[in-house]
Amino acid sequence: MNIIDFLLQHSPALIVAIPLLGAFLTPLISRINNKARNIFVILILGLTTSIVFLLANDVFAGNIHTYVFGSQDLALPIVRILFEVDAMSAFMAIIGSILALVAVIYSWAFIKENTGLDKFYTLILLTTAGMFGMVLTGDMFNLFVFLEITSIASCALIAFWTNKGKSVEAGFKYIVISSIGALFLLFAIALLYGQYNALNIATLANAIQFSFLDKIALVLLIAAFAMKAGIVPMHMWLPDAYSKAPASVTIVLVGATQASLYGVFRVCFTLYGNTINLSPASIGWIIVLLGLITMLLGVAMALIQSDFKRLIAFSAVAEIGFMFLGIGAGLTVLGNAEMMAAIGIPAMSGGVFHIMNDALDIGLLFLVAGAIYYATRETSLDKLGGLARNMKYTTVFFIIGLFAVSGIPPMNGFASKLLIYESTFQLNPILSIVAILSSIMLLAVFVKVFHSVFLGPSLPKFKEVKEVPKSMLIAMGIIASIIIVFGLFPELIINNIVEPAVSALVNYGDYIREVIPTFTGGI
Amino acid sequence: MSMLETLLGTFQTGSGFWNPIVWIIVAALVFLITYILRGFGNKKYKKGTEQVKSFLSGNPEYEKEKMHVKGSNLFWGFTESLKWIFDILHKMHTGNISDYVLWFVIVMAVLFLLVGLM
Repeated sequence: MNIIDFLLQHSPALIVAIPLLGAFLTPLISRINNKARNIFVILILGLTTSIVFLLANDVFAGNIHTYVFGSQDLALPIVRILFEVDAMSAFMAIIGSILALVAVIYSWAFIKENTGLDKFYTLILLTTAGMFGMVLTGDMFNLFVFLEITSIASCALIAFWTNKGKSVEAGFKYIVISSIGALFLLFAIALLYGQYNALNIATLANAIQFSFLDKIALVLLIAAFAMKAGIVPMHMWLPDAYSKAPASVTIVLVGATQASLYGVFRVCFTLYGNTINLSPASIGWIIVLLGLITMLLGVAMALIQSDFKRLIAFSAVAEIGFMFLGIGAGLTVLGNAEMMAAIGIPAMSGGVFHIMNDALDIGLLFLVAGAIYYATRETSLDKLGGLARNMKYTTVFFIIGLFAVSGIPPMNGFASKLLIYESTFQLNPILSIVAILSSIMLLAVFVKVFHSVFLGPSLPKFKEVKEVPKSMLIAMGIIASIIIVFGLFPELIINNIVEPAVSALVNYGDYIREVIPTFTGGI
Repeated sequence: MSMLETLLGTFQTGSGFWNPIVWIIVAALVFLITYILRGFGNKKYKKGTEQVKSFLSGNPEYEKEKMHVKGSNLFWGFTESLKWIFDILHKMHTGNISDYVLWFVIVMAVLFLLVGLM
């Protein structure tokens, strides 16, 4: 067995273990010096990203990977944890790895004036490990544990600027909301465990009956994950947390939020996939409705914000609505092969592609906001202006982010939104009208930012402002480059990355059969 | 199909298509035509005279630093006419953690109702 095969075989475990081990080693490496620590963290995440891509390459070819911690013999009553990686898991892991790697590159200069950086990087690695664990695990209780790891580490990161009262307040709100969500999640898992004596997702999906208790568990799971994903009206923690955390933390939080979104999809499609067919349209329409409300409210609130980061945070809420709309539209026709091919698959492709696009677009805009704060120590749109003269590269990155998030061709956001508009129009024209209206309002929101921050006369107080350091420009450049490539070659991305992920969600039977070979349900 | 053909391929959306490369070529042509048309413009204006000053309904021009329109002032007409909606949205966002939890409970109750009816 060569090294590549070895890495591939153990990749599900390594993707979580490497950042976890790195997190505990970071304080020790910090003892040498700060530069060594920064290089170490970048190497750790670079290595993890490489393994994620290695695993994803194999998974996208059609192979589902399982990894058992504990006894391989399923007949033995021994505690074991099973990781199961299908294309959707790999897709989410790719997003998480890119965001985490970019975050630490950006942090090199952005956060260097602060103290307690050994703890900062440890927490970044812990959040990343938790995020990977959430999307790779095939065990419900394990999912809860990783959700908790992510939440606790994220809370400390949000409150990292402890000298600012509002950051601490945002961290407090985040941990209260996360804990309540996690408690309901644990309760739902207990309900399932009590009935079926199993925690493995595939085993539960095989056994689930859609009984009264299962329905209660379904509501608790969707509500808990949807709150963590920032669905309206449970989104209110999100603008507080996103706007008060350092920019490099916010981009990791975007990944953590999307891991919760993955939780909603895994529950609806895989865990309840076989029984939700009893009335798939109802669940699908609930998700579509939540998506529409999220889009409209998010973008309306963004329009009236005067704080740069809070405005982007509300835009991030609106973007989550687009994903819910696409995936929900797919769920409404799940079980109807003809409708699925005509509407469901394109809608879900748009929704899943938009998860990736949103992470990149909103991530880039948060990094730009961080760069503006780094250079001016200001985030109020009323006090900023004329910065395009002093920060040319940052301005270009903002324009790329603006075009991408508003769905302006030829950026990546256009391709995913086009899929959502077309497919939802066939389901109900009002859905696509609301989606297009929200997109136009998003453009208006970011045109406002562009005018307020970058255009206008050079203000005397910003005469001395200079472009941000190279590490921050490189981080923004990486994301901007991916946005452009995804925008120019959407077919390549959709065929090779998005469609396998959509297929994994729709053909949930494959996921279950990997653990329960006798499973006969599924599409 | 070669790699180049794959990269330049038209993306079929199901009921439509999208080719960013063609879009960029067309956009570049439009910019080129616009630039050529701009070249036909009148170049005989006098620099540094009244001709190049902004006309603000006969009012004097302020210093440039004071002319910047603030972020809060943009889309004033839109936000003012829909003030009642934005007021409701503002009131929803109290910043109080108890209210955040209350919304979670409300959503859960609605979901219980909807799933219970299934």
